[in-house]
Amino acid sequence: MSTPLLSEGVGGPDSPPAQPAGPRGGTARPTRVHRRARAGGTGPLGIGVVTIWLSLIVLLPLAAVTVKALDDGTGTFWDAVSSKQAVNALVFTLVVSLVAAAINAVTGTLVAWVLVRDDFKGKGAVNALIDLPFALPTIVAGLTLIALYGKNSPVGIDVTYTRTAVLLALLFVTLPFVVRSVQPVLIELDREMEEASTSLGATPGQTFRHIVLPNLRPAILSGAALSFARAVGEFGSIVLISGNVPFQTEVSSVYIFKLQESSQNPIAAAAVAVVLLLVSLVVLIGIRVLERRGGDHA
Amino acid sequence: MLEQSRSTRITLRCVALAYLALLLGIPVGLVLYRTFEHGVGAVWDSVTTPAAIHAFSLTLEIAAIAVPLNTVLGILTALVLVRGRIRGKAILEAIVDLPFAISPVVVGLALILVYGRIGWFGPWLADHGIAIIFSLPGMVLATVFVSLPFVAREVSPVLREIGDEQEQAAATLGASSWQTFWRVTLPAIRWGVAYGVVLTVARCIGEFGAVSVVSGKIAGQTETLTLLVEKRFTNFDLAGAYAASALLAIIALATLLAMTRLNPRKDH
Repeated sequence: MSTPLLSEGVGGPDSPPAQPAGPRGGTARPTRVHRRARAGGTGPLGIGVVTIWLSLIVLLPLAAVTVKALDDGTGTFWDAVSSKQAVNALVFTLVVSLVAAAINAVTGTLVAWVLVRDDFKGKGAVNALIDLPFALPTIVAGLTLIALYGKNSPVGIDVTYTRTAVLLALLFVTLPFVVRSVQPVLIELDREMEEASTSLGATPGQTFRHIVLPNLRPAILSGAALSFARAVGEFGSIVLISGNVPFQTEVSSVYIFKLQESSQNPIAAAAVAVVLLLVSLVVLIGIRVLERRGGDHA
Repeated sequence: MLEQSRSTRITLRCVALAYLALLLGIPVGLVLYRTFEHGVGAVWDSVTTPAAIHAFSLTLEIAAIAVPLNTVLGILTALVLVRGRIRGKAILEAIVDLPFAISPVVVGLALILVYGRIGWFGPWLADHGIAIIFSLPGMVLATVFVSLPFVAREVSPVLREIGDEQEQAAATLGASSWQTFWRVTLPAIRWGVAYGVVLTVARCIGEFGAVSVVSGKIAGQTETLTLLVEKRFTNFDLAGAYAASALLAIIALATLLAMTRLNPRKDH
């Protein structure tokens, strides 16, 4: 115990003769200077491996679906994507995803607010529960909703095979996005502004609208955009509860699935898939722009 | 602090909790209750039928291939994205994000159009007797695709935050790039990696859409746990569907527990 303490004693009798401090810099061996230290993997080899990996896994299949969609010419492509059922499914997908994103913007902000600014028993458990839709397989999510809102509903509500069911499933799987994007911003938010606003006579409503909301807007928007992106491509949670009724509850993912599986028409399926792919791309670029702008404000 | 009156606060709390309960808490609770209302024995019998055991082991087998692949290459991707000096980083980042936004059905269809009967490599693969679609390799490819972004996405911000000063110091002291990675970088990013792996595992085990398209759903051969849930449900075997779901839900809850323990954003 005491030994290390003693040996640290400066200038003790045992301490070796002090070395002149000066030469240390001067006599240093000429060390190899690594101007660009590299962690393993960022060399040309790493870049090559990553490029090949992403090309093989992600880009090759997406290229195939795009090229195959145009295999029989643009006329066939256009016929496939402009068929009544395809247009109907796409419009419904976009509208229901937009509604889900809008509802999420409100409820997600509310939940984040309560989780940050309120305090109650079991808050930690509720906070953990928010991530459940990310962890739960989508097919189980659908089954779960059917248990409460299906034919054998214990509360007598049956929404299966309706458009409400699709919305419900989308709200379930996209629940975490807005909550998780607003929560950290709300935690970091400087409360002095709110205090100033209140002391100047603003009502809580005014303070929220003019002080809090403008600060949260980028986070809410990016959370809602992520919800929308997820909703547009959703399949597993919808497929059981919606009944997939054409012109009613059929979303684009399900339509593509049916085309591919039953009618043995992969070219038409690919055409509709390309449209859905384009929608995803546009949303993804939109999210990037939003995030960049949000980052500038921060 | 925004002066909320007591009544406003209670109202907001009640509305938020009611929303979560109706959408999330009660349905999940009800499924668990319905599953176990006839006792654990019935559930046990239902998840230990040969079909269920095969589905479970196939699910694990796919995850056992996809997760390590996505972990190693995800870390490498994050290193290239953050530390690499290359052009077109924005494009590379967008490609990594793509699987988040694309419908799993489109993923499955795309794989069929590469490796399937009418796909680009279909004839060649058929000539050489290699089966990818409707068999394990196709399901692995689909699962790798949909779970590709998680590790890279979780590790990138951590790499950015720790900076490269320690790595440079290690290199200056003569460490090879491999030693630097192993002794300096990896220990610093390990929680980010762990979190990414947990998310990847959850996604791999729960994937349904993409796997459903490429598997052909051959009973006893290409049927994963999620596909078994769907099959039992459409065959009106509700109890069986619930039992298989409960198994998946328990895996999800374990994932959730790991997530709250590991969340890199909270463990400061």
